Amino acid sequence: MPHTNSESKLLSFEKGKLKMKTLLQSWFSLLGVLLIVDAHAKLNVVATTWDFGAIAQEIGGARIELLTLAKSTEDPHFVDAKPSFIVKLNHADALVEGGSELEVGWLPPLLEGARNSKLDAGKPGHIYGSEGISLLEIPATLDRSKGDIHAAGNPHFMPDPLNGKIVAAHIAASLCQLDPKSCDYFKANLKAFDERLDAKMAEWQKLLAPYKGKEVVGYHNYWVYFAKRFDLKMDLYLEPKPGIPPTPSHLAEVITKMKSENIKVIVVQPYQNRKTAETVASHTGGVVVDFPSFPGGSKETQSYIEWMNFLVNALRKGFEQKK
Amino acid sequence: MKIVNLIGLSSAFCLSAMIAQAQETNEVEHLKKQLQQQQQQIDTLIRKVEELAKSQSVSPSSVPKTDDQKRLEEQLARELGATNSPPASPGAEPSKPWSVSQPITIGRAGSAYMNISFDALMDAGWSTAADPSAQLQLGDHDPQKRGFSLRNAEVALDGAVDPYFKGFANIVLKLDNDNATEIELEEAFLQSTSLPANLQLKAGQFFAAFGRNNLQHPHAWALVDAPIISTRLFGPDGFRNVGAQLSWLAPTPFYTEAFLGIFDGEGGTTHSFRNPGEDDGTGVNRFAGRATLNRNLRGPQDLVFTPRLASSFEIADSQTLVAGLSGAFGPNDTGPHSRTEIYGADVYWKWKPANAKAGFPFVSWQTETMYRRFGASADSLASTPLPSENIKDWGIYSQLLWGFKPRWITGLRGDYASGNSARFDASDPFRGERWRISPVLTFYPSEFSKLRLQYNYDHGQFIGSEHSVWLQLEFMLGAHAAHKF
Repeated sequence: MPHTNSESKLLSFEKGKLKMKTLLQSWFSLLGVLLIVDAHAKLNVVATTWDFGAIAQEIGGARIELLTLAKSTEDPHFVDAKPSFIVKLNHADALVEGGSELEVGWLPPLLEGARNSKLDAGKPGHIYGSEGISLLEIPATLDRSKGDIHAAGNPHFMPDPLNGKIVAAHIAASLCQLDPKSCDYFKANLKAFDERLDAKMAEWQKLLAPYKGKEVVGYHNYWVYFAKRFDLKMDLYLEPKPGIPPTPSHLAEVITKMKSENIKVIVVQPYQNRKTAETVASHTGGVVVDFPSFPGGSKETQSYIEWMNFLVNALRKGFEQKK
Repeated sequence: MKIVNLIGLSSAFCLSAMIAQAQETNEVEHLKKQLQQQQQQIDTLIRKVEELAKSQSVSPSSVPKTDDQKRLEEQLARELGATNSPPASPGAEPSKPWSVSQPITIGRAGSAYMNISFDALMDAGWSTAADPSAQLQLGDHDPQKRGFSLRNAEVALDGAVDPYFKGFANIVLKLDNDNATEIELEEAFLQSTSLPANLQLKAGQFFAAFGRNNLQHPHAWALVDAPIISTRLFGPDGFRNVGAQLSWLAPTPFYTEAFLGIFDGEGGTTHSFRNPGEDDGTGVNRFAGRATLNRNLRGPQDLVFTPRLASSFEIADSQTLVAGLSGAFGPNDTGPHSRTEIYGADVYWKWKPANAKAGFPFVSWQTETMYRRFGASADSLASTPLPSENIKDWGIYSQLLWGFKPRWITGLRGDYASGNSARFDASDPFRGERWRISPVLTFYPSEFSKLRLQYNYDHGQFIGSEHSVWLQLEFMLGAHAAHKF
């Protein structure tokens, strides 16, 4: 009995040793796999809003892990600086932001908390969308009696496809610096994106050409770049001043002007009061067109190009309806 | 002159292009630069064209472009080999020709080395208590008297110091009950921006990271006054002092931050610590009934230490929760070895739907509770001799806010505070059981102004029942302050 006992003990010891060995082996191989994975790790890219995020996804493709802070249906001026965003920024290799005061109310404390030197101003990891874009409506005087104005100019520059191309080029350049091995991949994606966008751009311009010079009413001063690109007129808003909610007296003025100049189309964003727009439409025989502020809000607006396509077609339908 | 300018600019562009070529091997970077340069060149040329047009025209603004100009623009764009047509009007700041009549802007974002803002809180109100400052309104920035008062006008400065630090300062001016101006250096500190290992250092005079309310400036509060328990444990000014704080963002998948603050701990802004208290009229400073030693620092054990741990969770797509635990430990001035301990727990929950307009609607709930054990030394020479004893106080406040439509917030706060009956002043109105109910309605005409109406029903063991109504008006000038969560 004792013999068997010690034998079994020995066996179990051997077994244990074996187990230990296999454990160590698998541990090291796991470590190896992890290291390999790490060598080809995806870049963590954080975008403030979905328009930047959609373009980063086009360029970064499978080589990036994208996180977007603001929700696509949310008012981008008023995003909560949630502590979870600090963690996301802490882990980020790159941040894409507008850089023209759009995120000024919530991004600075997040960056302060994130303590991520990769995102310092001037580093390739901090990408400013507005860089190289000629911003419109730069106020000559900074005067808040005119409403919530942006000192750097109107920050809603992404609904212009050519600005989208500029941002895509920025993102590709930065990603190349951050992951030189994948640079060819990013460049190929950029080229493909530009080509698709150019082709679509020609189509969009054709679609909207019949409505050249037509006036469109907005809720907030958001679509000025879109209007400019497609030769539309847009200087009538339901808000009396940027950020100030519509008042009956101002709406009356808008209605009078719409009637006298035969303006029929009002565009509304997801977070804006559709009811107000519908009221104005009912007084003027107009039509309310839903204009998502960002890609990502619905199935048919997942990518940047899909979103632009949606905007152009929705507007064209609106014009058609009220011909 | 114009041609010279043109040549100068284009040679500058050529030069920068050469440098860029030399430096950038990266093709995309190069393409990007080219695109930018082309855009700039086009912009410059269009500017010239527009300037020419303006000089020929009587009314310079909104001159409709002639077909010739457009053709010229297109031709120029083609000649420069641009793949995309430029925006029809120059937008970037330097492209605007300056004229004498144009006002000069100072402090435009990005053009100054610091952000400057000014924020004032003005109060008007009435209370059934003849002197609300005596027992009801114990915060230094609360409305403290019947009629009009102005208890908080602050100048806030902030900016990057250098690549390593950011600097902040808050200088508060206020009118006392005789409308004489008082000034206080509320905060002046720097914060590191580039420490390794997720660390961050703060140093100077600043609010201790204890709970939520203590870190907020009065204009960020949801009500016009400070919670009762904060004023009892931290005094009228809140817990702020000279010191340093190290914080660490933990590498957890959810937000967790650990803080350790070390403060000098002397004076009224560290109310429960080395605070000599008030003159009893005979030239003796007393705190908690005991004559205080105005003692100097003997070693690190005489400093105040404030650890804090905070975590946050996204409990649903539109709901966020933040919870924290805080502590403050240090000596007090009632004896050579007497010590104070303060513990706190705080929770904040917020719901905001995915399609919120300007941040509305929302519902938020904030609750803090605090407990203090004040180890008081014996004072046998006091008029009624006092033994060595532990004076224990605790309190809680809970506030619910509902932003029911853009610009409008309504809310309700409940306050409760109580202290054990120690030998010292068992009937002290500042330690006795007290509660308060405060409904509040706030209207924000814009982000930069607010109008707030609040009613307080106060009831205290030793102060009876009192009613107060306060109306507060705030305005803010200058840099847009970012909102912390």
